Amino acid sequence: MFGFHYRLERNTIGFVLAVIVAASIGGIVEIAPLFTIDETVEEAPDMRVYTPLELAGRNIYIREGCYACHSQMIRALRDEVERYGPYSLAVESQYDHPMLWGSKRTGPDLARVGGKYSDDWHVAHLNDPRDVVPQSVMPAYRWLSRTELDSDDLGLHLKAMRRVGVPYTDAMIVNAENDAYGQAAPGSKRAPGVAERYGEGTNIRAFDGESDRLTEMDALVAYLQILGRLTDAAYERKTEAEE
Amino acid sequence: MVSRLTRGERELAIGILVLLGFLGLAMTAAGGDGPLGIHGLVVIACAVGTTFVVIAGLFATEPGDDRLSRYYDDPSKVGIVLAIVWGVVGMFVGDWVAWLLAYPEMTFDAAWASFGRLRPVHTTGVIFGFGGNALIATSFHVMQRTCRARLPDQISPWFVLLGYNLFCILAVSGYLMGLTQSKEYAEPEWYADIWLVVVWTAYFLLYLRTLARRQEPHIYVANWYYLAFILVVAILHIVNNLAVPVSLGHAKSYSLFAGVQDAMTQWWYGHNAVAFFLTAGFLGMLYYYLPKRAGRPIFSYRLSIVSFWGITFFYIWVGSHHLHYTALPHWVQTLGMTFSVMLLVPSWASAANALLTLNGAWHKVRDDAALRFMMVAAVFYGLSTFEGSFLAIRPVNSLSHYTDWTVGHVHAGALGWVAFITFGSIYAVVPRLWRCREMYSARLVEVHFWLALAGTVIYVFAMWNSGIIQGLMWRTYNESGTLTYSFIDSLVAMHPYYIARAVGGLFFLSGAVVALYNVWKTARLAAGEQTEAAGDTPVAAPAAAGSLQAGE
Ligand code: HEC
Repeated sequence: MFGFHYRLERNTIGFVLAVIVAASIGGIVEIAPLFTIDETVEEAPDMRVYTPLELAGRNIYIREGCYACHSQMIRALRDEVERYGPYSLAVESQYDHPMLWGSKRTGPDLARVGGKYSDDWHVAHLNDPRDVVPQSVMPAYRWLSRTELDSDDLGLHLKAMRRVGVPYTDAMIVNAENDAYGQAAPGSKRAPGVAERYGEGTNIRAFDGESDRLTEMDALVAYLQILGRLTDAAYERKTEAEE
Repeated sequence: MVSRLTRGERELAIGILVLLGFLGLAMTAAGGDGPLGIHGLVVIACAVGTTFVVIAGLFATEPGDDRLSRYYDDPSKVGIVLAIVWGVVGMFVGDWVAWLLAYPEMTFDAAWASFGRLRPVHTTGVIFGFGGNALIATSFHVMQRTCRARLPDQISPWFVLLGYNLFCILAVSGYLMGLTQSKEYAEPEWYADIWLVVVWTAYFLLYLRTLARRQEPHIYVANWYYLAFILVVAILHIVNNLAVPVSLGHAKSYSLFAGVQDAMTQWWYGHNAVAFFLTAGFLGMLYYYLPKRAGRPIFSYRLSIVSFWGITFFYIWVGSHHLHYTALPHWVQTLGMTFSVMLLVPSWASAANALLTLNGAWHKVRDDAALRFMMVAAVFYGLSTFEGSFLAIRPVNSLSHYTDWTVGHVHAGALGWVAFITFGSIYAVVPRLWRCREMYSARLVEVHFWLALAGTVIYVFAMWNSGIIQGLMWRTYNESGTLTYSFIDSLVAMHPYYIARAVGGLFFLSGAVVALYNVWKTARLAAGEQTEAAGDTPVAAPAAAGSLQAGE
């Protein structure tokens, strides 16, 4: 073996090829089957896609690096399930390009934070976390309420998402910008289209408390309120397990 | 620097810079006033600035052919200085965000100054800015010596070094503007990623071309590691960053993979960035500078072979240990755990090989702080690889994951191993690069050593404490069978440790500032001294210089 190596290390190309082979096997064995084995991702017929407003909120979540302090992955451990809710299923992040499972909990897990608090709570909390939780070390995000949402290219965003595999329809893409406004302006002419395209269960509210302006706060809160609510699969699995 | 380039090389440099300027212009045109447009302006500014430097030296006298009988070290010198500057900046930001976790009000109501945007500035600054520049600079130095061959030309090393730094600048300035893919340690957006592929290809070719010119029949161990670093990082980078941009005029892109597949790909990348960037590359440094400095040959050649291939083969499997108990299929988790434990064997073989090399040179370790840096690095390498394998065991991971224990583990590796071996190598290489006898001040090297060691120990102990306490509090039940502590309780308990950690970081940062001063002073003094290091030339006979030219 050492004799062979003695020859190998005299041959650059041979050495390079050997490194490539040795370093590829593990990745191929572990990653490729995840795309082909069906059980990897559960079935969830009720799974819906993010609305344009929620997607914009998700992008703000990414932009501000919320994932550096918050996970979105409840592990299958008793204490986590009791603290945060049913453990996360693969299907729940099926449309997450990229996933935001996170790796550090400086703050609590957010996988099921949707619906846990009111919109007002989130707005107050994001404007200054210490107003609502005095011991918090989370940064204040006051600029979100001040900044209008950049919404004119949301259609392009949806299109790019469709290209990587998310089932957005043509109607969703064409109406992306309208739908973003409509979702944060209940009672407006644009609102009914949102429910029509994304389902009756869609939250249509003035998330930041003002329906005449579409801000980054609207988008981020809309996103936080949908976390864990795109499908009921996790809850169904829990009741099945309990029965 | 420019005066060492030939006239043709200077013109080629300007040509490349003009092309780069046009690239920047295209980005500005496509991106408008969005972040892509701003990055176009950054590219233009870098191209124009560098062009001025070249033009200033355009008509300087050309170097003679005797340059070919000496190694080409200018890019290494610049790379070392850049590494330390990035190190100071990256560590400063790291310590700053550490204080933010204790005193969260210091964000001035400015988006760029908030924790989430600054954290990647820290990680990119230290990993890619500090570590990457040190790797590139030392690899140029090491490959020439171990091949006894000069770099094949004088432009591609500059292209690699400066192009790489452009990538780092795009990355860091992007985060401040809120541009990130959110992929840990792979945050830069698609166009920066493509640029890195170009630079990296040039780096790989440069390595191959130098190896092709070598006067030694065997490729030395250090080069195996540098090669593995360059090759595998390229594969990881390309696969992990596959994405579809919103449009060619948008900086933002959407990852090709989603959910569980994306998670696995990201940690396949993430953990192998640890393996092939932060381990293989720095083992390359270790295998050259430690034996050189100690004046002893590597303890065992066979152990080097076993550990090299062990590391190359096993590491790739272990990324999934970042995803225990998650929605990732169980079989992948189990594979990751198994290989993580097996990985301890080649890791400890490397650490042992390094420490045993010091046998017979321990008096030097006592007296020479540079060598002591390398010795401590090998010890921390052993410790943190043990800890890594331990944390990868599922039940242990159930406690440690998501807590500060992971952060402590990473820093045991990043400070204790990566930064220690880097500083040790820097102190070994700087006098040789600038051709003077020793560093400006041996005392300051000593001061740096103790600051760095104290900082690392304080940091790691603080995070062990906070991490384990946090993990235990999250899973403690009271008699009635409900969870005892709220999340906020655990948060409050972290406060003293967060302060201790930031103090430890401050120690480490101060050490880096001392290093910067010492290197700067050495370089300035050396300008007057100029002693030729005996035997530090690629080919003694002038005839061979002719054959080198022929090979170009
Ligand atoms: C420096 C780390 C940090 C960052 C960055 C951070 N958070 Fe937090 N977050 C915390 C901490 C600590 C808490 C717990 C205390 C509190 O509720 O404020 C928290 C709590 C929360 C909660 C309440 C969760 C619950 O179940 O009570 C939400 C929602 C939240 N954060 C959202 C965000 C969003 C959105 C962002 C990005 C815009 C963000 N966080 C960025 C640390 C952080």
